Amino acid sequence: MNAVEMLGITKRFNGVPANDNVDFYVEKGEIHSLLGENGAGKTTLMNILFGMYRADSGIIKINGNEVRITSPRTAIENGISMVHQHFMLVDSLTVTENIVLGQEPKKGPFFDLEGAFRQIGELADRYHFKVDPRARIRDLSVGVRQRVEILKALYHQAEILILDEPTAVLTPQEVDDLFTVLKGLKADGKTVIIITHKLKETIAVADSVTILRKGRKITRLPISEVDEQKLADLMVGRFVDLGIRKKDLRADRPVKISLEDIVLKKNGRNVLDHVSLEMRSGEILGIAGVEGNGQTELIEVITGIERGYTGKMTLDGNDITGTDASGMLKVLGHIPEDRGMRGYISSFTNWENLILGYHTLPQYMTGQGLLRTKQIRGEAEKAIEDYDIRTEGIDQLTGSLSGGNQQKLIVGRALKHHNGVLVAAQPTRGVDIGAIEYIHSQLMDVRDKGGAVILISADLDEIVKLSDRIAVIYEGRIAACRPASGFTESELGAYMLGKMGDSDEE
Amino acid sequence: MEFLLKLLAGAIRVTIPIAYAALAGMIAERAGVVNMGLEGMMLFGAFFSVVGSYVSGSAWVGLLFAMAAGAVTGLLMAVFAIGFKCEHMITGVAVNMFASGMTVVLLQMIWGTRGKSSTVDGLGVVSIPVINRIPVIKDLIGSVSPLFYLLILCTALLWLVLYKTPAGLRVRVVGDNPFMAGSMGVNVYKIQYICMMVSGALAGMGGAYLSIGDIYMFSKDMVAGRGYIALSMVILGGWKPVPVAVCGLVYGIAQSLQFRIQSVSIPSQLVQMLPYAVTIIVLFFAKKGAEAPAMEGVHYYQKGE
Amino acid sequence: MKNRILDFFKRSQILVSAASLILALLICGAVIIICGYSPLEAYGAMLKGAFGSKYYFSQTLGTMIPLVFSGLAMLMAVKVGIFNIGIEGQMLVGSFAAAVAGRYITGLPKIIHLPLALLAGAVIGGLWALIAAWLKNALGINEVILTIMLNYVAQYIVSYLVSYPFHAEGNVVRTEEIQPTASMTTMVAHTRLYTGIFLAVAATALIWLMLRYTRFGYELRAVGSNSSAAETAGINAKKYILAAMFLSGALAGLGGAGEVLGYWGYYIPTMTQGYGFDGIAIATMGRSQPLGTLISAFLFGALRNGATGMNRSTSIPGELIEVLEGLVILFVSTPGIFRAARKIIRARNERRPGNGISA
Repeated sequence: MNAVEMLGITKRFNGVPANDNVDFYVEKGEIHSLLGENGAGKTTLMNILFGMYRADSGIIKINGNEVRITSPRTAIENGISMVHQHFMLVDSLTVTENIVLGQEPKKGPFFDLEGAFRQIGELADRYHFKVDPRARIRDLSVGVRQRVEILKALYHQAEILILDEPTAVLTPQEVDDLFTVLKGLKADGKTVIIITHKLKETIAVADSVTILRKGRKITRLPISEVDEQKLADLMVGRFVDLGIRKKDLRADRPVKISLEDIVLKKNGRNVLDHVSLEMRSGEILGIAGVEGNGQTELIEVITGIERGYTGKMTLDGNDITGTDASGMLKVLGHIPEDRGMRGYISSFTNWENLILGYHTLPQYMTGQGLLRTKQIRGEAEKAIEDYDIRTEGIDQLTGSLSGGNQQKLIVGRALKHHNGVLVAAQPTRGVDIGAIEYIHSQLMDVRDKGGAVILISADLDEIVKLSDRIAVIYEGRIAACRPASGFTESELGAYMLGKMGDSDEE
Repeated sequence: MEFLLKLLAGAIRVTIPIAYAALAGMIAERAGVVNMGLEGMMLFGAFFSVVGSYVSGSAWVGLLFAMAAGAVTGLLMAVFAIGFKCEHMITGVAVNMFASGMTVVLLQMIWGTRGKSSTVDGLGVVSIPVINRIPVIKDLIGSVSPLFYLLILCTALLWLVLYKTPAGLRVRVVGDNPFMAGSMGVNVYKIQYICMMVSGALAGMGGAYLSIGDIYMFSKDMVAGRGYIALSMVILGGWKPVPVAVCGLVYGIAQSLQFRIQSVSIPSQLVQMLPYAVTIIVLFFAKKGAEAPAMEGVHYYQKGE
Repeated sequence: MKNRILDFFKRSQILVSAASLILALLICGAVIIICGYSPLEAYGAMLKGAFGSKYYFSQTLGTMIPLVFSGLAMLMAVKVGIFNIGIEGQMLVGSFAAAVAGRYITGLPKIIHLPLALLAGAVIGGLWALIAAWLKNALGINEVILTIMLNYVAQYIVSYLVSYPFHAEGNVVRTEEIQPTASMTTMVAHTRLYTGIFLAVAATALIWLMLRYTRFGYELRAVGSNSSAAETAGINAKKYILAAMFLSGALAGLGGAGEVLGYWGYYIPTMTQGYGFDGIAIATMGRSQPLGTLISAFLFGALRNGATGMNRSTSIPGELIEVLEGLVILFVSTPGIFRAARKIIRARNERRPGNGISA
């Protein structure tokens, strides 16, 4: 029997179809992968199932019966729960309060907190989850938070669980644990849908897969009939080169920027704890680590945004300790990790954003502090062409571009102005496969031309694929730093979780 | 001692309106809405309580008028700030300007004057026999406006609802992470609208104290910045009902001190400045800590909107 | 240049501003009806009071002068992302400073004394605004509460100063008359219109150029719309908050100083009449653009004088302007209303039989 059937689903945003007459079904008790690129319409489809959006047309059947799902509440009533990519948890509240929200146990008119603690403790035990019902969310690791999310679904009597990109923020070990959990749920008779763009995981855990592309359903296949290459081709609609051709490293790779014994304190804690690193010309240095272990601070130190550190930083052997951001931007290109927050200014036009951070360069500004508008606009026209930014023109507001094109603008800006050093933080977050390929090839190009690149990414595959050397950061320390070939995947995972520690600084 | 008691007794009285408004600000912010319109809500409360009392002859009807006027203002603010996604601060400031002008226009219409209304029936004072037998306490609240006891009741109720009921949990989650609340089937907008109306009613009661609780008439712009002062007390009290209500005393003491030392030879202007200066100093020390609702002032969009 | 001005009028923004003003006038019309008057009559009186004769028109232009400055002051603050409600207070301290400088500095020729007195107003106004900016930077305190409190503090301090140390001879609470060398020329006799109008227009043009073509303007706007991104781009956000707030306060102070040196001739406590609060509405309606601010300052100048006219011929109080301002701010800042209205109209047009949409 089919646990879920969605027939002829169409959903448009401002006239643009995100889902175009999609048919989708999942059998009861299976793990199903909904596969597609960013923007293929996977999340939209699942948001419709979960009642966050209303479809323009189409019907939904749960266990064979047609239902009208108008809100998350009605979805929950129909036994559907969703674990979002960004966890929906309140940091300052306890695990229990987070879980019971919406169906709070009561004692008379009052909220029965003690009873709730007991209930959640029992639920966690039944599924062998190690979760303390009284713990506050802010004290929990990412992996445990995800388990809280799953508990939340189970508490609300979910029979059908939707997980949106569940492995995006997990280490390899945590991914294995999650798969064990999912298989346990399956054994318990639950139906699981994972939304993902990762091929490996689909093969590892799913029983069947539906592939979406540009809002349309391409096909549905049992997992036994596919392999990674076939999935990739179906997903993108053309042949995709999954490997990347790396040119050999140059023999001569002088140190460009070196960090020596950097310590940064925040709230009395060392968020960077005696970090020493070298960025070499002609090389990509990858920084691997679970998010929140000091990567952000490392970027801020290198780019001069954060100057309250101790230790020494040099450029070509010259001391540049304490140089501010505007000084560092004369040397390096910076792709900020949070596009919306730090990458561009939404009320600025494309030409204004294309010089942001580099606007004081003499080609853009006179000595008296006047903008050379004509030159800037000319350069902007060229940049839009060069970096394939799809836009109405240089006077369009950057805030109204698609995420992928905003990112191309930011990457293009950094590439255009870097002086042999590139800091690339999450360069491909939230962009589609086409743009990812393009950005990766651009980063490789900088390396091949002798630039020093530091790549910070939560996507371990990306790090492994591009880096010549990898440094693993854990709780502000460099747990390991070796040539990329010197790590196995499970070793990387162990370092990322702090289960292994050494300081073999090459 | 005598001086201190009188100071404190005075402080409690001037704290009452601030405490109502501070509670009003707190409940709105707990649901994620920054209520900069407290000033205007209080002004409407002060005005319409006088109207109610004038029309009916009963100050208690006036109080109901004040609560209704505040709640309606809260509802309108919610329509703009939540429904139409207007910047919360701008909505509030606009409401304050609107109220400031509108009360004068209505004053002219009803009483034909532009400064003050006529005197109306007031709420008077209550003295509870039990309390009058306890020393010290007797001097402080022996005879005090009934709004003082209502204030204690409101504070207790807010605490109870916020921390001990399912609805309270939902309010707290809405202020911290409306998206999570929405994903668990909680109607975020409904909670925000209700909280804004409660906020308005409370601010209206605070305003009513100024008119029918104190001088039994309305005078132009009589709120004089108290709405904004109350907002700073919300920060000082850390968004928790009891501390927020009590923090108003900081202002109260400054204000009360002002009355006490006005007779001394310090120029009155400098004395009158005291409460406002004290508020700035309070803000200086009240650090906006981790306890602020994480998503206050941020617009929530239901998916697909 | 000509095209740019045309563009400005074409943009839907200006439609929203105009629609907001009209909607606010309609609502105020309803209020006038409730008060028992004919809105046509009242608005007629208003029009006459604003444009009815050379005298009235000069009064309107004269009232526009401080309003331009307070609108620009708001605009500067908004551009750097600060909601400065303290313009009234900054105007007060600025005008007092100008009155003192205009009176007690003697022996200078006009060409030095007048600019000096204006500068005194600007600097003191700017410094007053800096207090709020500094506290905001250092402690992250909400600037709305801060600037409101500072308004009251300014009001009482200046009121003390004018009541005691600087009290002029006689019963009226005001300062002594300024020296002739510090006064600006009245352009139309017995009206508020003085040469400050040129200063106001020049300030608007300068700010427009500054925001558009200079590093200072570029970086300031960057900080105002996204301070994290600005910081990432090597821009010191806190420095710009201080600078913009100083400029904001200075413009407010300059507006106040102009009133003292051009119209009153001395400082008197009631002189700012809420001009500082008008600035919020003016900049909002002007879409935080210099040219827009200039135009809406003119409109508000007309409204203010019109209200005085209305006040004379009906018993509707001039405070109706505040009601109008509150509504204008609300409507301009809420384009959602007009979008919703458009949607409803469109839906109504589309709702024909057989066109049903199923969910």
